[in-house]
Amino acid sequence: MSNPQTAPLSSPATTSVPTRTSALRRFARNPRLRKFMRHRLAMAGLVTIIVLTLACFIGPYLLPYDELYIDLRARFSPPLTGAHIFGTDPLGRDIAARLFSAGQISLTVGFLAMVLSTLIGTAIGLVAGYFGGWSRVGLMRVTDAFLSFPSIFLMLTLAAFLRPSPTMITLIIAVTSWMEVARIVEAEVRGQAGRDFTIAARMIGAPHWWIMFREILPNIMGPIIVAATLTVARAILLEAYISFLGYGIQPPLPSWGNMLNNAQQYLDSAPWLAIVPGVAITLAVTSFNFIGDGLRDALDARSVN
Amino acid sequence: MLRFLVNRILQGCVLILIVSMIGFAVINLAPGGPLSQYAMTPGMSQADLDRIAHQMGLDRPLPVQYLDWLGNMLTGDWGRSYRDQSPVLDVVWRHLGATLLLMGTSTAIAIALGTMVGVLGALKRYSIFDYMATVGAMIALSIPTFWFGLVAIFIFSLELGWLPAGSMYTVGDQSLGDYLIHLIMPSLVLALVNVAIWSRYMRTATLDVMHQDFVRTARAKGLPRWRIVSAHIVRNALIPMITLAGLQLPTIIGGALVTETVFTWPGLGRLFIDSLGYNDYPVIMGLLMFSAILTVIGNFLADIGVAFADPRIRLG
Repeated sequence: MSNPQTAPLSSPATTSVPTRTSALRRFARNPRLRKFMRHRLAMAGLVTIIVLTLACFIGPYLLPYDELYIDLRARFSPPLTGAHIFGTDPLGRDIAARLFSAGQISLTVGFLAMVLSTLIGTAIGLVAGYFGGWSRVGLMRVTDAFLSFPSIFLMLTLAAFLRPSPTMITLIIAVTSWMEVARIVEAEVRGQAGRDFTIAARMIGAPHWWIMFREILPNIMGPIIVAATLTVARAILLEAYISFLGYGIQPPLPSWGNMLNNAQQYLDSAPWLAIVPGVAITLAVTSFNFIGDGLRDALDARSVN
Repeated sequence: MLRFLVNRILQGCVLILIVSMIGFAVINLAPGGPLSQYAMTPGMSQADLDRIAHQMGLDRPLPVQYLDWLGNMLTGDWGRSYRDQSPVLDVVWRHLGATLLLMGTSTAIAIALGTMVGVLGALKRYSIFDYMATVGAMIALSIPTFWFGLVAIFIFSLELGWLPAGSMYTVGDQSLGDYLIHLIMPSLVLALVNVAIWSRYMRTATLDVMHQDFVRTARAKGLPRWRIVSAHIVRNALIPMITLAGLQLPTIIGGALVTETVFTWPGLGRLFIDSLGYNDYPVIMGLLMFSAILTVIGNFLADIGVAFADPRIRLG
């Protein structure tokens, strides 16, 4: 895990001479941004995510079919039959249309779950790392408890017994995936708490919340952003898992996971039912993982190895 | 040492207790409750439902029910399955072997492959192989296990016809070879993610060890390269991996759950999914507890294993 002894992120641009260049220029010259842009896989991931998001949110308007439109005469059309680019499903619904609107749901669930779990994890990590002592022992013990538990069991139980609306699925994923962030933030905060600027702030009588949010938090944004990016990948995967098993997003609402739900029984006759959504999930998750990797290289001073 | 052991056992018990409370609360507070199964039976009146609830002790306050359940569990009575009325522990026991076989095989494969890939990547750092292994590991971590299973079935069972598409044995032919053939695909699919994780950590651990003094000494003594790698580098790099193996246990159990579903493998994961479908509360609760206990024991064994493998570590 993170080592509190290592040097924290240095604040940027303290050395550069202030010039009159526009904000955009300054942004483009940011060494971290340049480092990120040089990371080829991360850039590929970023482009893929942008294309995928645009396709999911604009694509449905360009397709001739609605994701819920049933055409029993066109059941099981293989890809590239007529206007069905990716073919049709057992009810004759257009897979491309379903894939895109499923993507809207899956990406939104993944993104919102990331926001929520990052907030939970950051809050817990901040309090535990800043106050130390018993609050740290207590909070980190709870974090360990959550970490050492096969979360998929807990998640499925929750999803099976609570009403599995998209909101509920988002909440369930968030509640079971904040621990990594909490551990990272706790370690980083512990490293910052003893540093000069924190002590100085305390000496001029700044309140605790000020020191936590205005002094420490900006300095540890790098690791938080990296962890958050990787959490999106994880959340999309988790949604796919629960929906595949039938306890996630419920049909007729499509999600990438539940499109695969019945695909196994048609694997022989209509393999595209399984292949198309799986490729979408893998693309999205791989891209977020690559972006996270690039951000880690660009933002994290410790990524020497 | 003793203090450490007692401490860890107490921590484990607290963890298991927390899990049991969460699980119990979720299952019993959810709309419908344990009686939702009966409520759908035609001709079932509210009076009948109340009678069943009373019989099952469901009309008592929740904390009382919980303490009752906890007491029974500690004395080895985990309740009876709603499906066939057999004791939960028997049901779990019946499915345990299949899961352990799958998890064990897959973990062995993952450790062997992951160690090889990780060590090679570290020795030939920044080579094409290292680069491919890094990118490959990241992609492997991004593929949903169940989908990878589906693709494997499509290619190797349906298209090529080399391997069976699921289940643990062919009915009528339960020879060792038959088991092995059925084991190949699920264990490899389950191993993929763990090969990725294991090789990444192994690479880092090898890089840490490679530049230490004792490796330099070994080289100065003129030991052949393969001996330095096998006896000095790999052996020492494996020590932190023992902890990792313990920490990975939840991931492996979770992966086994979907793998068993895809390959219709008669293990605990499938049992869990089936029980969820039947609202079989006692079995669900039992499996939640069982996975928590398994995880605690795994981490505990990993801690002890590290202490034995690494003379520098003193527990206490």
